[in-house]
Amino acid sequence: MAKQTKDLALAQGLTEEEWDRITASLRREPTEAEVAVFAAMWNEHVSYKSSRTYLRQLPTRGPRVLVGPGENAGVVDLGGGLAACFKMESHNHPSTIEPFQGAATGIGGILRDIFTMGARPIANLDSLRFGSPTHARTPYLVSGVVSGIAHYGNCMGVPTVGGELVFDPTYDQNCLVNVFTLGVVRADRIFYGRASVPGSVVVYVGSATGRDGIHGASMASAAFDEDASRKRPTVQVGDPFAEKCLLEACLEMMDRGLILGIQDMGAAGLTCSTFEMAARGGTGMRVDLSRVPLRAAGMTPAEVLLSESQERMLLVTSPGGVQAVLGVLAAWDLCGEAIGEVTDTGRMEMTFEGETVVDLPVALLTDEAPVHERPWAVPADLEERWTLPAPPPRREVWESFLDLLDDPSFRSAAPVFEQYDHMVQVGTVVHPGEADAAVLRLLDAPPRGLAVVSDGNGAMTWLDPATGAFNIVAEAVLNLACVGARPLGLTDCLNFGNPERPDVMWEFREAVRGLAEACTAFGTPVTGGNVSFYNETAGRSIFPTPVVGVVGLVEDVGKVVRAGFARAGDVVVLLGPTDARLDGSLYLRRRTGEVRGRPLRADPDLHRAVCDLLVSSIESGLLHSAHDLSEGGLLFALAECVVLSPGGLGAGLDLSFAAEDPEALLFGEAPSRAVVTLSPDDLPTLEAASRERGVPFLPLGLVGGPMLRADPFVSVPVETLVARHRAPLPGL
Amino acid sequence: MRFAIIVFPGSNCDRDCAHVLGEVLGQDVRFVFHKEPVLPPTDCVVLPGGFSYGDYLRAGAIARFSPILADVVRFAEAGGLVLGICNGFQVLLEAGLLPGAMLPNESGRFVCREVFLRVENADTALTRGCKAGQVLRIPVAHAEGRYHAPPETLDEMRRAGQVLFRYVDGRGRARDSANPNGAVDHIAGVMNRQGNCFGMMPHPERASERVLGSEDGRLLFESLIRTSRRG
Repeated sequence: MAKQTKDLALAQGLTEEEWDRITASLRREPTEAEVAVFAAMWNEHVSYKSSRTYLRQLPTRGPRVLVGPGENAGVVDLGGGLAACFKMESHNHPSTIEPFQGAATGIGGILRDIFTMGARPIANLDSLRFGSPTHARTPYLVSGVVSGIAHYGNCMGVPTVGGELVFDPTYDQNCLVNVFTLGVVRADRIFYGRASVPGSVVVYVGSATGRDGIHGASMASAAFDEDASRKRPTVQVGDPFAEKCLLEACLEMMDRGLILGIQDMGAAGLTCSTFEMAARGGTGMRVDLSRVPLRAAGMTPAEVLLSESQERMLLVTSPGGVQAVLGVLAAWDLCGEAIGEVTDTGRMEMTFEGETVVDLPVALLTDEAPVHERPWAVPADLEERWTLPAPPPRREVWESFLDLLDDPSFRSAAPVFEQYDHMVQVGTVVHPGEADAAVLRLLDAPPRGLAVVSDGNGAMTWLDPATGAFNIVAEAVLNLACVGARPLGLTDCLNFGNPERPDVMWEFREAVRGLAEACTAFGTPVTGGNVSFYNETAGRSIFPTPVVGVVGLVEDVGKVVRAGFARAGDVVVLLGPTDARLDGSLYLRRRTGEVRGRPLRADPDLHRAVCDLLVSSIESGLLHSAHDLSEGGLLFALAECVVLSPGGLGAGLDLSFAAEDPEALLFGEAPSRAVVTLSPDDLPTLEAASRERGVPFLPLGLVGGPMLRADPFVSVPVETLVARHRAPLPGL
Repeated sequence: MRFAIIVFPGSNCDRDCAHVLGEVLGQDVRFVFHKEPVLPPTDCVVLPGGFSYGDYLRAGAIARFSPILADVVRFAEAGGLVLGICNGFQVLLEAGLLPGAMLPNESGRFVCREVFLRVENADTALTRGCKAGQVLRIPVAHAEGRYHAPPETLDEMRRAGQVLFRYVDGRGRARDSANPNGAVDHIAGVMNRQGNCFGMMPHPERASERVLGSEDGRLLFESLIRTSRRG
């Protein structure tokens, strides 16, 4: 018997060491259901056992932070009684196995995280990373993921307003689907995933429990073998209609003061929600698993505990509130069942058909879960990564420019965004792709609004994880500044390879360090996020790819500017350094096929000055457009300003400053730079404001005409740029 | 003017309509849950967009059996103003209050974008604030918006002025390239023969404020309000 239980534990991913700890702590063999609980709660995805010690470095406090990490989502104060609630989460493994349902249930999960806090979700972002456009599986994954997001998000009535769409061979066999949701909540009515009051009632809410998604969390905590499709049954199936009803029912119960604590059932389902709520409340629970509504016959207690059936919540209400809770659920035709009560024992006691199947101290599974100090080592090839490849043969600038415009990153993502309802809730002021960040108005606090953006850069982070991570925060903050928003807070998805490999662990350490430094430097406290390890297939780790979602405040949405040139006759000005490097650049990757070099790290003082200049110039109505320089460099950004302009405005520019080293200065990449346009009459005002802040300022020329002329290097008809911009993307 | 906005499970533009009618236009707005047996006293019933009952089976097919629908049909047959937007339009078709049917978009995909609409009949309760032939900029967002009706029905509708809006390009020309879903004869909105029940796929509530880029949709709501004052 003992041998059998132990085998079961090892088969479910627990280690010998962990088994010994369990038996030592309990002074007995765990039951089969308890093994399931340990395996679920102590796996990487739920316990963060490899990452916890590092994540403590991240700055999580700030004057506006109302709720930091550890809850279902973070919350920052907006003033005037309102707060923004947001979080980002990964759904990489399920989406790689079954793209449609994987992505759909990712949206379902992140939306639940937001509305459990009492917030109504107002916007989604999706940061999507796929393999090479020519890889056989890429079109299938793109099309499945995009339609899965559309299926779920559209039905929920939450607009999908932005994100990223990146193609790189590093994600060939492991796509990244990082989903972000923003909600708005009354600052005095935030709900927590806590069971604090002994004697209160635990109510199961939402769809019935089936066998779907059992071991989903452990699937996300292991690398795939060649035949990942065999894991397809561990991916759950989403029902957005059930979740829409759940959303409305929960908000109604919250409005009526019926809820003492609430948590969604995500990874590891009922197990995780019961243990975490009791742990946060410092209490215990007594739960009768036989009362859980089931949709499959003959389920074992372990299956009930591990099921990841979607659209379910666990809530705690007072004994007097149960009838009212069940009444609201009935109105929305949802299941509701009182399954237990909160105790003061600190133990989780669960019965099934009258028999005790789980009796465990809550803390052992949560706060006292194992922490691994995984070994780390500097990658052996780091010096090689930093060495630039031999310079490619000389080529005319125009040739390089046109080649760069063939990159998928230049192409319009309209075929993606048109599949998402991006306007529902009548809040979308800046539509997807129009500007560096999406902007939502706050219907309850006009004329203010929120700007949201997500950024990541796997190649740069692989070259130098600390700098790469530092720079993506810098870029996100600059993106916000380009629409006139100041940052409030940040959430992250840390997508990495196998943490059992010392070089991956080093990348993780370094990236978290860079992230922590950037968040401190740019005033963006981290309010939550997640870690996704084991992103690799057949032994190959992906580029370390932290992705951040940053929320900013816009004082007046009527003053927001977009990225495209706005008016003929405006002056085009480059703000920030003219200097740039080819290291890790898109240009170098396309030219040589190699990711090499050492990226420049943003200078915090200069970066803050550039952002401040942008925001104050936009708030005072000085600027007509603003666009940051990121991947692709200066010429690439100018081409984007042309194709994003209404009616296709060209420009006549003098870039002779680049004559010294055209490749580096035109295609090189460096942080803290933006292209803005404004009326020639206002040029002296902007120049004075730039000088005051020590921001380099260089007028380049004028907007207008049928060509993008960048003397003395290139002159390309606007139609040519537009045609490249409209070229199709794989799978769309 | 009193508006009753029907809330089906899965409606998701109910609050948007209430925002425009209530906050922007200052009208008296009430939500009516689909399980209510009767409408409250009202001057106009709005069936909002969304995914009523998840659009399972077929968009609007289940909502038509909601308890409140019987009273909406009674209200419409008595000459009351009824406006169905997007999913609400689909429900009105399923309930038989409007002629025709809705098919999945020709592309097979959900489509959300701004489109141009030409006002084909400006002499109705919904369009009297517009000029005939006026081009409006209003967004669509749907997966099942390909309007369809048999040729003889279409002929009748055209003769009776029941075709309210057609998809056109920016210069007002009906073109396949300007038609987002493949609707027959580029039809975007219709009314019943009596002229009191309206259905349209585009979302006027998303184009009723300057900050959202277009105010053309407001012309339609204002027409309804003007109609009610005259009555």
